[in-house]
Amino acid sequence: MNKNIVKQAFLRSLPVMAGYIVLGMGFGIILRNAGYGVLWAAAMSLFIYAGSLQYVGVTLISGGASVVMTVITTIMVNARHLFYSISMLDKYKGAGKYKPYMIFALTDETYSLLCDGKAPEGGDPNAYRFMVSLFNHSYWVAGSIMGSLIGEHLPFSTAGIEFSMTALFVAAFTEQWMNSKDHLPALTGLLCSLVSLLIFGPGKFLIPAMLMITAALIIIGKIRDKKDGNKEVGKTSDKPGEPAYDTKIEELKEEAR
Amino acid sequence: MRTALLVGIMSIGTILLRFLPFLVIRKEPPRLISYLGKVLPPAIIGMLVIYCLKDVNIIARPYGIPELIAVIGVIGMQIWRKNAVISILVGTVLYMLIQAFV
Repeated sequence: MNKNIVKQAFLRSLPVMAGYIVLGMGFGIILRNAGYGVLWAAAMSLFIYAGSLQYVGVTLISGGASVVMTVITTIMVNARHLFYSISMLDKYKGAGKYKPYMIFALTDETYSLLCDGKAPEGGDPNAYRFMVSLFNHSYWVAGSIMGSLIGEHLPFSTAGIEFSMTALFVAAFTEQWMNSKDHLPALTGLLCSLVSLLIFGPGKFLIPAMLMITAALIIIGKIRDKKDGNKEVGKTSDKPGEPAYDTKIEELKEEAR
Repeated sequence: MRTALLVGIMSIGTILLRFLPFLVIRKEPPRLISYLGKVLPPAIIGMLVIYCLKDVNIIARPYGIPELIAVIGVIGMQIWRKNAVISILVGTVLYMLIQAFV
């Protein structure tokens, strides 16, 4: 792995650094207040590595939740990761030794940094993605430990710094928007989420929003197919790996650029 | 001991969710999946924007105006400089200043 790849990955991960350290510290502080020390904070951030679930998890472990309750909560809060993995199937193909860790570390923020499929020229793109994942994970663990140890003694007001997370997604959204001619998927995401938020409320809107988005995108794909008179969407490939299919993937990659 | 069990469940559950598509879809993914892989990212990013702003109360003071100003700041910087780090820094500092002085 060359130095340039590590440097490029570090630069790419910078926006997540502030967000993860702040959110990680928040988690460390809450966990400490619930009676669990720095080792628990480190263990949870190392092995679960899913921000919203860890926040909910504090209530689960301190409230003595049942095994069933913990399983259901984990699935509900983290179901969106299925979608991240599905959309990375192609990009993580051929990542070899880096792949298991990259899948394990595919958080919301890592996904938002890597989902455009871009990687610096002249290096192993998978080494780059691995390093971005690793940097993000280390910020999260470091933030949790810092929060558990020193969180309550900070000398300055950090009020509002959590907005860096929102800013990260807004910037990613704007970037996608400017690099794409087709704005319908982005608009579908915004609209379905808003409708779901209004119907189900802030605590429960995520899963319905995802189902609505997926359904809407499939319907849009089918309608466009009919218009174009081709059947590329919804039809499973007869012979996996046939040349026509590879061409299609190449086209998709081109568009992603 | 119970804590370790629950933490273990959360860890393994999350790992399973992340690995499942990679384990189940072994060969070339069906075209529907490829299509979703292409159109889902922009849609999910849109969803995450809404997710981040889900607790903003627009019918009580300050009516979500600090968030609105900061979001416009981020979009403006992104269009102008096309650099995500700058956009995020400017937006976050803007938001913190509003929190501190308004």
